[in-house]
Amino acid sequence: MPDLCGIELAHPVINASGTFDAIAARRTYGDALLEDFPFSAFVSKTITPEPRGGNEPQRIWETPAGMINSIGLPNKGLEGFLAEDLPQLAELPVPLVVSVMATDRELFARLASGVAEREEVAAIELNVSCPNVHSGLIVGEQPSETAALLEALRPLAPKPLIVKLTPNVANPAEVAVAAEEGGADAVSLINTVKGSAIDPATGEPGIAAGHGGLSGPAVRPIAVAQVRAVAAAVSIPIVGMGGICDGAGALEMLAAGAKLVAVGTESFRDPGAGKRVASELADLLESGRGGTAIGRSA
Amino acid sequence: MDRHPLPRPGAARPPFNRRLCEVSESRASGGYRVFSLVDREGPEPRAGQFYMLATERHWEQGGGRPFLPRALSVAECGPAASGVRLDFLIEGIGPGTDRLCELQPGERVWVNGPLGNSFSTPRELHRISSPAGGEHDAARPSGAILVGGGIGIAPLALLRRRFAERNVPTRVLLGFRDEAHSGGLDDLFACCEVRLASDDGHRGHHGYVTELLAAMLAGDDAGSAAVYACGPPPMLDAVGALCTAAGIPSELALESPMACGYGACFGCAVPKPGGGYLRLCVDGPVLRPDQIATAAHA
Repeated sequence: MPDLCGIELAHPVINASGTFDAIAARRTYGDALLEDFPFSAFVSKTITPEPRGGNEPQRIWETPAGMINSIGLPNKGLEGFLAEDLPQLAELPVPLVVSVMATDRELFARLASGVAEREEVAAIELNVSCPNVHSGLIVGEQPSETAALLEALRPLAPKPLIVKLTPNVANPAEVAVAAEEGGADAVSLINTVKGSAIDPATGEPGIAAGHGGLSGPAVRPIAVAQVRAVAAAVSIPIVGMGGICDGAGALEMLAAGAKLVAVGTESFRDPGAGKRVASELADLLESGRGGTAIGRSA
Repeated sequence: MDRHPLPRPGAARPPFNRRLCEVSESRASGGYRVFSLVDREGPEPRAGQFYMLATERHWEQGGGRPFLPRALSVAECGPAASGVRLDFLIEGIGPGTDRLCELQPGERVWVNGPLGNSFSTPRELHRISSPAGGEHDAARPSGAILVGGGIGIAPLALLRRRFAERNVPTRVLLGFRDEAHSGGLDDLFACCEVRLASDDGHRGHHGYVTELLAAMLAGDDAGSAAVYACGPPPMLDAVGALCTAAGIPSELALESPMACGYGACFGCAVPKPGGGYLRLCVDGPVLRPDQIATAAHA
């Protein structure tokens, strides 16, 4: 049975943060969602210290075999999340991972300890694709910033810490090593790839913010290369994601060195994609077509 | 005709799966196309609801687009030999809608839905709009005025039939650009009296459909009516402003780019009057003017 930092999971497929709102999905589909929950663990949307409304439209743009988004992390803030969302997420039939982001170490610490003390929370994912307001640098692009953040948070959070790595760096393995040295229990990658697309009707970027994050099958080879590079550099487990839309894509990510995989954009096209990918992956592994990945996913 | 008892509209949630539905019919209609699917699993949709659709074959075709499913309001529905027949009105304006226009009987389409909220009855809308309730005479049947523009006439066809079944007096105003953009008129509104407007004046009033609405609202009998509109954004802005000025409650069916249709992607943001955003897929697509920030609020 696969596990995430010691948390036993029914299968190796979880969701990518921000690509599945279990509360809205339950409103739409009812308790059928719980009976047939698509993921073996649920990762929340990213929570920030204060509420955020998100970015002005247009927020999404379809691209070849993918899409660009610039959503802007709309969320209720820590207090709203703990009071309103957490009780509902606690009803899901799988372990809960809460994704958090802040613009300095003190705020990050407040988030991590506020979330970690709740027994409903199994693990914390650190979204480090944001600038530190003091240095102006994107934390996840700097090995030293990443290590310092982990060192600050590690004593505050007696729960597994997963660092979500950005692909928008020359050497993601350096950042992964810094996270491991700082005390991270796992890394997850890749976040979206910075991209833009021009609306042919206007000659301007299709996304109001001018650019956003590219996801979908278009980014999968980038994810596979980065997972391979990180797997060669760290010994902590890797949650691999980026354009996985079927069992073969999940198997490829396991073969690249991931221990678990996450499905993101494919859930937009198919709400039950997580379950389908897990089932296709199990069939591939059982049929022996899994090759060397069989050993790594066990 | 074999009339199966249909599930009561709105009584059931959409199945938590993406399913393949066969195309039973596809035909040209005034510059657009109308196609029908047979849904063996889902409940009968309510007027205003929509489906996320992607063809089974040749969706990610040359150039990797279309990639995401497309949101289409259901225009009509009825019993099929085994399930529910769903009719959609479509105009080819990009890779996704172009591909859906090519559908032939026997092909299959991935379907997720019915999704979103639906139109209220005039009585419900009067109750929502003036909660104190004093002014509206509950014994007097409230009439409905349906205002459609272009491809936006689609969800009003099912709404008109629902109102006819409930003996709600209904007047229909439809506007379109020209003959080539008059699809659905004869297919969806053949059996009822409709007042038409066309930009080029070749049929009905020479001008905008909102001019017909303004004249109707100025009439003596509009006071107890409720207005329902779907069409291009400037038309909806105008309808909302006219109704708000006249003190007539209204509901507008909006459109937005949408990746998922069930609250996961946060792409379909619609600004609220007090700041922040609604998600059109789960908070709409049917909204009242007072729920939306427009130039009139600024």
